[in-house]
Amino acid sequence: MLSLIRTVWLVLLHMFHRRVTIQYPEHKAPLPPRWRGRIILSRDPDGGERCVACYLCAIACPVDCIALQATQDEHGRRYPEWFRINFSRCIFCGFCEEACPTYAIQLTPDFEMSEYHRENLVYEKEDLLISGQGKYHGYNFYRVAGLAIGGKDKGQGEEDRPPVDLRTLLP
Amino acid sequence: MPTIYVEGQPYEVSPGLNLLHACLSLGFNIPYFCWHPAMHSVGACRQCAVKLFKDENDTKGKIVMSCMTLARDGTRISIADPQAVWFRKVAIEWLMLNHPHDCPVCDEGGECHLQDMTEMCGHVYRRTRFKKRTYRNQYLGPFLTHEMNRCIQCYRCVRFYRGYAGGRDFHTLAWHNSVYFGRHQDGVLQSKFSGNLVEVCPTGVFDDKTLARHYVRKWDLQTAPSICVHCALGCNTIPGARYGTLRRIRNRYNGDVNSYWLCDRGRYGYEFVNSPQRIRRPLLRNGDGRPTLAAKETALTQIGGVLRESRHVIGIGSARASLESNFALRCLVGPENFYLGTCRAEVQLLSAAIDVLRNGPVPSASLHEAAWADAVFVLGEDVPNVAPVLELALRQSTLRKPSDTIQDLHIEPWNDAALREAIQTEKGPLFLATTYSTDLDASATQAYHAAPQDIARLGFAVANLLDANAPSVPGLLAPIAALARQIAGQLAEARRPLVVAGVHCGMGAVLQAAANVAYALQRKNENTRICLAAPWCNSLGLGMMGGKCVDSAIDALRARGSTTLVVLESDLYRHLDVAEANNLLNTANHVVVLDSLRHKTTDKADFVLPAGTFAESTGTFVNNEGRAQRFFAVLPPAGEVQESWRWIGELLAASGQRSSAPWQTFDEIVEDLVRAMPAFAPVARAAPSADFRMAGQRIPRQSHRYSGRTAIHAAVNVHEPQPPADPDSPLAFSMEGYLNQPPSSLIPRFWAPQWNSVQAVNKFQEEVAGVLRGGNPGKRLIEPQADGQVEYFTEIPEAFERREGYLLVVPGYHVFGSEELSILSSGVAELAPMPYIAVNPEDAGKLIVRENGLVDVALSTTSHYLPVRIAPAVPPGLAVVPMGLPGIQWNGQPVWKKLLRT
Ligand code: SF4
Ligand code: SF4
Ligand code: SF4
Ligand code: SF4
Ligand code: FES
Repeated sequence: MLSLIRTVWLVLLHMFHRRVTIQYPEHKAPLPPRWRGRIILSRDPDGGERCVACYLCAIACPVDCIALQATQDEHGRRYPEWFRINFSRCIFCGFCEEACPTYAIQLTPDFEMSEYHRENLVYEKEDLLISGQGKYHGYNFYRVAGLAIGGKDKGQGEEDRPPVDLRTLLP
Repeated sequence: MPTIYVEGQPYEVSPGLNLLHACLSLGFNIPYFCWHPAMHSVGACRQCAVKLFKDENDTKGKIVMSCMTLARDGTRISIADPQAVWFRKVAIEWLMLNHPHDCPVCDEGGECHLQDMTEMCGHVYRRTRFKKRTYRNQYLGPFLTHEMNRCIQCYRCVRFYRGYAGGRDFHTLAWHNSVYFGRHQDGVLQSKFSGNLVEVCPTGVFDDKTLARHYVRKWDLQTAPSICVHCALGCNTIPGARYGTLRRIRNRYNGDVNSYWLCDRGRYGYEFVNSPQRIRRPLLRNGDGRPTLAAKETALTQIGGVLRESRHVIGIGSARASLESNFALRCLVGPENFYLGTCRAEVQLLSAAIDVLRNGPVPSASLHEAAWADAVFVLGEDVPNVAPVLELALRQSTLRKPSDTIQDLHIEPWNDAALREAIQTEKGPLFLATTYSTDLDASATQAYHAAPQDIARLGFAVANLLDANAPSVPGLLAPIAALARQIAGQLAEARRPLVVAGVHCGMGAVLQAAANVAYALQRKNENTRICLAAPWCNSLGLGMMGGKCVDSAIDALRARGSTTLVVLESDLYRHLDVAEANNLLNTANHVVVLDSLRHKTTDKADFVLPAGTFAESTGTFVNNEGRAQRFFAVLPPAGEVQESWRWIGELLAASGQRSSAPWQTFDEIVEDLVRAMPAFAPVARAAPSADFRMAGQRIPRQSHRYSGRTAIHAAVNVHEPQPPADPDSPLAFSMEGYLNQPPSSLIPRFWAPQWNSVQAVNKFQEEVAGVLRGGNPGKRLIEPQADGQVEYFTEIPEAFERREGYLLVVPGYHVFGSEELSILSSGVAELAPMPYIAVNPEDAGKLIVRENGLVDVALSTTSHYLPVRIAPAVPPGLAVVPMGLPGIQWNGQPVWKKLLRT
């Protein structure tokens, strides 16, 4: 009896609280930037693809919904030939983002991905790759890696000294 | 057995090991880089530090390198001692000072020993503020990538390349802080073992260039135990596949066979599996000769009808098809109509070789035994080009005698640098008698180049010197007699002598001479071994099965009308003369070919059925030692492709010979094979049968980290397909199953917790570098007659006489180019030479041709226009023509020919 009265009282009080229900979809909830929603592939500050096709996101994914194939251009720059995420399997755990050594794969605050057909939830590289840097600005893996690629020769990395001259006898 | 104490606990270890070897064998994890189980210790990397205590009262101890310290009885060490742990952490920090930030784009990643050891030592953050040293890379040919920034200066590569494999064009360059490992200039690495650098180098300096073209990580490869198909040694391999294509071949350790090594033909010859020349669906050729694709059922019904109507069916077996497929064909056509797919001369040589092994008293040598021989006599075989990994074994054999003679210096056998320093350039006895110079010449005590007849005579003479009951050789020239005395003397002195011969020089007398030498030695020394090289991965299996040679098939075809020819996995144009092959294929009313690749024979067939390659099949090969070895499908066969024995089983049903296909599973055909031919009984035990389970589970072909299984097929169908069933083996095309170590013949990959690199093989061996747990895979089919009467061969050929105006054309071989399948790999094709004919300068002078001048030589029935190579090592009166190169049509039987200058 007492609990019943208490409940009615609480409901009454709630009538004077600020409302949290939003009239979705007319109104949209403001989502924090670290919200884990639809996954994208980003580009580095120089406009190149960030993904180096290292397969780390694929192995980190607990539901194995990422598959890709690595390839490289004539100067040795690695990138994915194709890249597929099956969002009908993805649990948006963010492990892939955490595993990615290049900030290429990022989860975004977009969750509006409903589809009538599961096939439409299979995203290929052209669906995933955006033209900007996403959440993380300024990082370009190839600038700190030792690998030479087109436009960046050996020894031109941020952490590198010029290549050793094998023929010198000077210390 | 010495007892050592690790963290105070006693353990028994084998005598004479170093502490690192002993502790790894006991299952402890000690990080290491420069030590290699086959190349032993040099103490260069300082990574394997442990604490050594004087006695049980010593609490202070001192740091020693475990790889450089003998595991004496009573040795007390600590691996977990805080100071040792700290030392190892600092050591790896030094090694990593200049290491690039490359793991994501490094092909070693995920199977990198450096990654594993860094983790094991707990070095997590780079503390140094200095910039990193960088190097420029070199172009090293079609097989290897080079990324010198990643080098940790462990010296393993150069120790392997020069010290172990005898290469010369690779070295340590520069000095102090800028030591470099490479060639004096960009260029193709000359050693045919260069691919092993991928596995020897603990970092990503050397990686597989063919894999880089379609790169995937180790954990994503679907793998299964397999056998190399590119020569008769039967090296054990682990092919890896992803998304339905084969991506690479890796070594599979087998202590009796290839140990840690593969040659580059075996490692890089795999691309034929992905070739556009693959036959993937049945083909029918209708009246107008144009091939049309057909459904499986249509093809089976039509071929079944043809077989039923033919009065006579002839089957041609194949030395590159499995034992089971050959047996299936033998069942289809009957033993009397079963022909071996090699020419008469090769069949005769092969059966002679099998007789020597089966009826003689001398056991055939495993590659392991060959590497431990202390005196070797090679007759007629160009070992480096026809049995490459045997070359590696023979190179090790030359170290045995010198190491024995310096025993009074008390150098531990694993103390590699000291041992080599003491030995200097001294080499144990290795005698070569070949028709032209080979890559081993420089390491040989004597290299004798002569015509096959003279090689045989030398062999007979040696046998006669070893045992007077063996026939003597009349009219031997003094220098040859002296050479024979030298060889006989060294062989008689040896503790483990080895005789190497084979079928490649095309002369039975050479084989007989080798047998005489081995028989004569065996009477003195029961450790004598004989090693006979054969051309194909299943030459011995086919030879043991027995059948007529393909040349005689033509007579059989002519004799009876309405015949059908069924050709199993071979291109007749490689074994027969063009005219003969044409004749055979045209005489038969119908030709059915089962093969995986398009070639001249499939182009002439009325029916072609798509057979699986080694990567899509389960089967057994018998290697030159007589060891039956099982290989398993890495990929489920796609489309209509299936094993030849399955096709033939279905043909047996379609032709009405049986009510249904007689073999549904691999085990059923093996059972039938053993019943029909009891000599093959051990084949059934070469690997566990398909119902074998570990803890009720299959052994997964995919690693437990295999990624992407809900995405790979999603573009086709979002509903994940069931993994393909495998009725033929206890392996599964899945990542689910038994995760612990399977029996040695079923090991799909080497991996152990904390050991992601190939070094994980340590964990699969009973003692590191010894046999795999439960014994090395493979079952020997041929054991010598224990008390058999030795009958010496007595037919000694006449000495070679030059013929005016003629040259004796003998076959030559090239590791890259002479083999049918590997040449479809782009790298192998790139390194294959153009066809040529090699003659002595004297003969070239007589012919008045210069280097590269064209001559016309009528080999078989076709004219060959070949550029001349002037080679002083070719004996006068001989000419060498390389076998198997595109454009050369010849079965390799020595033949007198006139060379015409054009
Ligand atoms: S969010 Fe999680 S489930 Fe989705 S792709 Fe990333 S790792 Fe896989
Ligand atoms: S982890 Fe990042 S760089 Fe690596 S494959 Fe995935 S998205 Fe590409
Ligand atoms: S060698 Fe090993 S540690 Fe070095 S970049 Fe390659 S994977 Fe990483
Ligand atoms: S290249 Fe590899 S094997 Fe050679 S020294 Fe460097 S790390 Fe060692
Ligand atoms: S492994 Fe012992 S010093 Fe390198």
